[in-house]
Amino acid sequence: MAFEQVLQYILSGVTNGSIYAIVAIGFNIVYNTTGIINFAQGEFLMLGGMTAISLSQFMPLPLAILFAVIITSLAGAMIDFVFIRRLRNPSVLMMIIVTIGLSIVIREMALHIWDEKVRSLPYFTGSEVTSISILGAYISPQVLWVLGVCGLMVLLLGLFFRYTATGRSMRACSSNKTAAGLCGINTGNMVTISFMLSAAMGALAGCVISPITQTQYDSGTSLAIKGFTVAILGGMGNSTGAVVGGLLIGMLESFSISVLPMAYKDAISLAILILILFIRPSGLFGSREESALKEF
Amino acid sequence: MLRIRNLESGYGTLRVLKGVSMHVNPGEIVTIIGANGSGKSTLLATVSGILRPAAGEILFGGDSISGLPAEKTVHRGCALVPEGRQIFGTMTVKENLILGAYPARKKLGRDGIKAGLERIYGYFPKLKEREGQLGGTLSGGEQQMLAIGRALMSGPRLLMLDEPSTGLAPIIVKAIFRIISRLRDEGNTILLVEQNARAALAVADRGYVIETGQIILEGSSGELLNNNDVQRAYLGKDYKSISE
Ligand SMILES: Nc1ncnc2c1ncn2[C@@H]1O[C@H](COP(=O)(O)OP(=O)(O)OP(=O)(O)O)[C@@H](O)[C@H]1O
Ligand SMILES: [Mg+2]
Repeated sequence: MAFEQVLQYILSGVTNGSIYAIVAIGFNIVYNTTGIINFAQGEFLMLGGMTAISLSQFMPLPLAILFAVIITSLAGAMIDFVFIRRLRNPSVLMMIIVTIGLSIVIREMALHIWDEKVRSLPYFTGSEVTSISILGAYISPQVLWVLGVCGLMVLLLGLFFRYTATGRSMRACSSNKTAAGLCGINTGNMVTISFMLSAAMGALAGCVISPITQTQYDSGTSLAIKGFTVAILGGMGNSTGAVVGGLLIGMLESFSISVLPMAYKDAISLAILILILFIRPSGLFGSREESALKEF
Repeated sequence: MLRIRNLESGYGTLRVLKGVSMHVNPGEIVTIIGANGSGKSTLLATVSGILRPAAGEILFGGDSISGLPAEKTVHRGCALVPEGRQIFGTMTVKENLILGAYPARKKLGRDGIKAGLERIYGYFPKLKEREGQLGGTLSGGEQQMLAIGRALMSGPRLLMLDEPSTGLAPIIVKAIFRIISRLRDEGNTILLVEQNARAALAVADRGYVIETGQIILEGSSGELLNNNDVQRAYLGKDYKSISE
């Protein structure tokens, strides 16, 4: 393999990998507060992308993205108000099943609102033919947007969960709900905040990747599967793990194309998912110690 | 400080508390003793807002707190160290303590929280050593200290303890009770639920005996320690040693 070709594979792996990482981080936010895995996370990306595409016909792109993020985050709050909050003494399993149901409902609603056409946002800078040359390989500037947004999200979220009172309270809720209440934390509100935050992050991600991956009513599903794999690989709840896991899977996928038929690309991440669950369920970065203390 | 009248509470249709009346005066240690399943934890859970009362009245500092959810009750200054400790297992010792200060975080500020941490480390030097360790990996005794420390962080007016001695070695139990009497000497008000009646009555000013959801006996610690029924049922003395 020529050096330029290897580099090209690496760059495409990094791009896809950071997209998966962003989805995985969305899973982590809700998981860190509630201990549940919100399978509607992929739908937040789709909603964000689709809303921004529709709005961008009436307003400048940055404004359209801003409103898409706000609208999607309100949708996240609504999911909590209408469904999650209403469950009495919900078990973790029950909440997970509710989110799977919701992902189907959101997808069908999107199909009715927008139809099944594939759309995309314009490139943030340049166009689909603009490219930057790095040591002989070519990448689109949009890739840099994806990488930058991903990096920024990881950094800010890490600081938020570790050093702010709200972030700490959100982790307390997932660790022990009764105790969180006894410490004066309104656990219901923390869950709402976590849904809003993960929806907002998802929507922003959905906008940044839309020029590259394109957006369709059901584009959240495959992203959710990849993101879930990455979240598990990195260790549920661990943002750094999500980034490393994302890059790893993105890279494996992109190199697999050179040895395996293209059709096997998706099978790779699923195979990895099954392997991790067998070998190291706490993920690469989740501490075994910590996962032994978790309920799920 | 705390006044409870004809409190009824339970789980679903199961009525565990059947009209409990009691009170705690400022600066007192009051203990509630009773056998397994007599309703001690149910009483504390109802006062702290984890359970909603079915009937009756709970007055805290003159205001009704009946039916107030747990997160609001602790804001009023009524803190519970629950049965089984319930610490945040996946968070560090320090984070556990900082979370305890959550209700008072605006009032305390950064410096107030730091001072609070130092105060707790003064009571429990072990916790300072373990500051960065995950709560779930502490020993049972250390977890109990952490649970008490966490509840103290908000500077509560009333501290309720649910069986702090359960499952601990005698030497640790002694240490915990030493801290409890020290807290009282510093002016704190404490409601202590215990199965270990001897230790509880030794530190308490007054006590209540609860049986199947009803208060059957009350009095000063001295009166209860000398009461024949209490001696037989809760202090493990048989007829012979009492009559001697
Ligand atoms: N979550 C629950 N659901 C249903 N019943 C419960 C529940 N918790 C306790 N009970 C019942 O309520 C009664 C009183 O329980 P409680 O926990 O208040 O007893 P306790 O005096 O604290 O006992 P122990 O000394 O063993 O802690 C028991 O009969 C118990 O079976
Ligand atoms: Mg009990």
